[in-house]
Amino acid sequence: MGATFDLWKITKTTLFYALVVVIVVVSVFPFYYAILTSFKQGTDIFRITYWPVSFSLENYQSVLSQGSFPRNLLNSIFVASVTVILALFLAVTAAFALSRVRFRGRGFLLMVILGVSMFPQIAVLSGLFELIRALNIYNTPWALIFSYTIFTLPFTVWVLTTFMRDLPIEIEEAAIVDGASPWVIITKVFMPLMWPALVTTGLLAFIGAWNEFLFALTFTSSNDTRTVPVAIALLSGGSQYEIPWGIIMAASVIVTVPLVALVLIFQRKIVSGLTAGGVKG
Amino acid sequence: MATDVMATPVAATGGKIKSELMQQRVRAARWFLLPMLIALAVVAGWPLLRSIYFSFTDASLNNIDGAEWIGFGNYFRVQQLASGAVRYRGLLVDADWWNAVWNTLRFAATSVFFEAVLGMVVALVLNAEFKGRGIVRAAILIPWAIPTIVSAKMWSWMLNDQFGILNDLGMRLGLLSQKVAWTATAETAMQAVLVVDIWKTTPFMALLILAGLQMVPKDIYEAAEIDGVHPIKQFFRITLPLVRPALMVAIIFRLLDALRIFDLIYVLTPNSSATKTMSVLARENLFDFDKFAYGSAMSTLLFLIIAILTIVYIWLGKVRFDGGDR
Amino acid sequence: MASIELRNIRKAFGAVEVIKGVDLEVRKGEFMVFVGPSGCGKSTLLRLISGLEDITSGEMLFDGKVVNALAPSKRGIAMVFQSYALYPHMTVYENMAFGLTLEKGHSKDEIQQRVERAADMLQIRQYLDRLPKQLSGGQRQRVAIGRAITRDPKVFLFDEPLSNLDAALRVATRIEIAKLHESMDHVTMIYVTHDQVEAMTLADRICVLRDGLVEQVGTPMELYEHPNSVFVAGFIGSPKMNFISGEKAAAFNAETVGIRGEHITIVPDNGTWSGTVIHTENLGADSYVYLEMGTEEPVVVRLDGANDYKSGDVVHIAPMEDKIHRFDGAGKPIR
Repeated sequence: MGATFDLWKITKTTLFYALVVVIVVVSVFPFYYAILTSFKQGTDIFRITYWPVSFSLENYQSVLSQGSFPRNLLNSIFVASVTVILALFLAVTAAFALSRVRFRGRGFLLMVILGVSMFPQIAVLSGLFELIRALNIYNTPWALIFSYTIFTLPFTVWVLTTFMRDLPIEIEEAAIVDGASPWVIITKVFMPLMWPALVTTGLLAFIGAWNEFLFALTFTSSNDTRTVPVAIALLSGGSQYEIPWGIIMAASVIVTVPLVALVLIFQRKIVSGLTAGGVKG
Repeated sequence: MATDVMATPVAATGGKIKSELMQQRVRAARWFLLPMLIALAVVAGWPLLRSIYFSFTDASLNNIDGAEWIGFGNYFRVQQLASGAVRYRGLLVDADWWNAVWNTLRFAATSVFFEAVLGMVVALVLNAEFKGRGIVRAAILIPWAIPTIVSAKMWSWMLNDQFGILNDLGMRLGLLSQKVAWTATAETAMQAVLVVDIWKTTPFMALLILAGLQMVPKDIYEAAEIDGVHPIKQFFRITLPLVRPALMVAIIFRLLDALRIFDLIYVLTPNSSATKTMSVLARENLFDFDKFAYGSAMSTLLFLIIAILTIVYIWLGKVRFDGGDR
Repeated sequence: MASIELRNIRKAFGAVEVIKGVDLEVRKGEFMVFVGPSGCGKSTLLRLISGLEDITSGEMLFDGKVVNALAPSKRGIAMVFQSYALYPHMTVYENMAFGLTLEKGHSKDEIQQRVERAADMLQIRQYLDRLPKQLSGGQRQRVAIGRAITRDPKVFLFDEPLSNLDAALRVATRIEIAKLHESMDHVTMIYVTHDQVEAMTLADRICVLRDGLVEQVGTPMELYEHPNSVFVAGFIGSPKMNFISGEKAAAFNAETVGIRGEHITIVPDNGTWSGTVIHTENLGADSYVYLEMGTEEPVVVRLDGANDYKSGDVVHIAPMEDKIHRFDGAGKPIR
């Protein structure tokens, strides 16, 4: 009896860990393989290997020295940073109003904001295109900063609203009794308490802006103004039929490593930020 | 859903006595919301209205300003040929469009279904206590953190017909008898897209479900254990009903995301009619085919379809987004 | 220094009325305690006085002036919250000074002086540079009180300030608050609690609330000796007053008679009532004997010193005639 029970237990544990291994391998392998490929040189790329066999920085050198990739990186950093800062700036006060003040139509407003954040971007593409040309910012980073607001702003407002809702009400009331105006409450009392939330929200919005493709593809038209995702998508080799896989993988690794590092560092915060988007039972 | 509307005692009671404090707060709230609302109106509201307007005009890429109203022509019109035969034209009778609609719906339903199931499995694993749980959680965050374009490129390299590692692996394991051009073949293109999308977004689903799971009190399981409820029964009778709200929200987030898919398909399977979705087709018409008005009609219809599906889903599923009032 | 007058105050949240017409006067320099079971509206009433919550109808006067719509910061109040509500990112000094820095017209020196004076009163001067999280619960509560003192309020509001502290600390802080009131006898204090011991020990006057209405207002001894209803009689005093109804009460010409445990004596025989001992509690200084005698709850007799009754013993008891409370069918006293 005891023996069969143990056997069953061992089988169960083994199966469980097998599942764990499968999950980890499937999650990590493509990224691992991209790194592996990016360090291969010349025709090595076309020999399929599962383990590192050679190590060369050739691909990295060429992606960083030729073409506009470094410029694209700067564009991406600039666009994503400015977008996030603007969104956070507008979102903090809005989130205070939505989470802390009772007024008619608040629920409706929250639904509108949630609605906009899940908007199909394509639905506004032609209108945005007209507007961006009219504002004379077509093919500049500002076109992207402008258009990215459509998804970063509702997202930051929504997440910060859920965060702010959880700040203890008595602290705010103590501040009211102390004579603090709403603006003082935000700047002197809530903001210092919300740094973790702001960093998390900012980071998530940054990732969103960093990864955006449709607007970037549509509202920029020259190599110098493109962001990294578009640049990678459009990377091509000497001839039309030769896809420079090594260079593409090197570029991919360059764009991804900082993100993966950030995500792993802020793991816990990010998970809480992601789930703050509405899941409260 | 709009739970807050009724929880506004000050406004709701008519408030003969409106205190300075409440007035100050409501006034401040207005000013605090204004910049955001203006920003949203400019970047979302106005462009949406213009896009809808363009769908009723003859606008072209080089002549946006001179667009003229033509009514429903882009959606449906009857054309009389010289020979006297009658032809129906417009988006509503466009086979390419309906193919794209079908592709989108098929993609969204399939991907979200698998993501929900696999996400649930991963979430259950992460909810168990075992050594190395932190590593697993870190690992599943990686696909989520990788930009879609990059994952599309990574996978298209792995799925490469000649030098792709997946073909190699399949042949070595005896699963494949010959190399397959996954992304180029009409039959497999959609599968390729689905695999990549599921790989990339299951983590998101898993994390949302996990958050729901962690809110289930542990003693419920202990009680069930003592009552001798079979684990599978436990899952369907206890776990699933309790995480249902979290799951429903996760599914709608993903569904809306899947319905607007563009980048993955644009990069992984360009020009394949087997995977062309509404967004891809609409953008193609807008900017590549110089059918600005026709593309606008597509984007308008896409917006309508998504809006209707969302409302139906929220209504049927009784989804609640709001954590309530504080 | 301020007197506060509430005239037919009502408060509704949506359709639910929580305060159902309260008339009350709090005198200048008085220590008033609001007490009642949870959900009776005592905290809401305090928040209405603070101005954090709007009044639905009625009038609220501070020193004879209507303040219905006045912002909390302009009412000259300070509040101590149940959870302390210290600003976690500010030092103790900054916490205490925050209100003054927001008010115009206070020089840095003046602010420092006032903070230090308050800190001295509460013996928290050595913690001024610390953050709240570096303090114990009791120290945090002192800081919260200190923050209120620094503002030099006319009215001091306490919202169950001791309920997060452990029992020993609760007693110590209670004494502290009593001393504080003595040293600031010009300040009106209103204190909310569900604990009748706090109410009895701290209050000049107690206001017993029930279901959003004032049940009785009076000094602790008035409430103890002349409760205005069965509810107050049962709420004030420990152990709880014994209530006896039915035939035994009819003998006293009442629907219900109430008698406190300390007003019952055990007599050898020929007592008014008799009962069986079901439980005894020896507390050293005094002891309780629980008797089963057909009443809804066992009758408690409080004896000085220890006793050696055992379960099962049958004892005779006699209430002190002049300490018997008689109530009619509506729970009102018969006098």
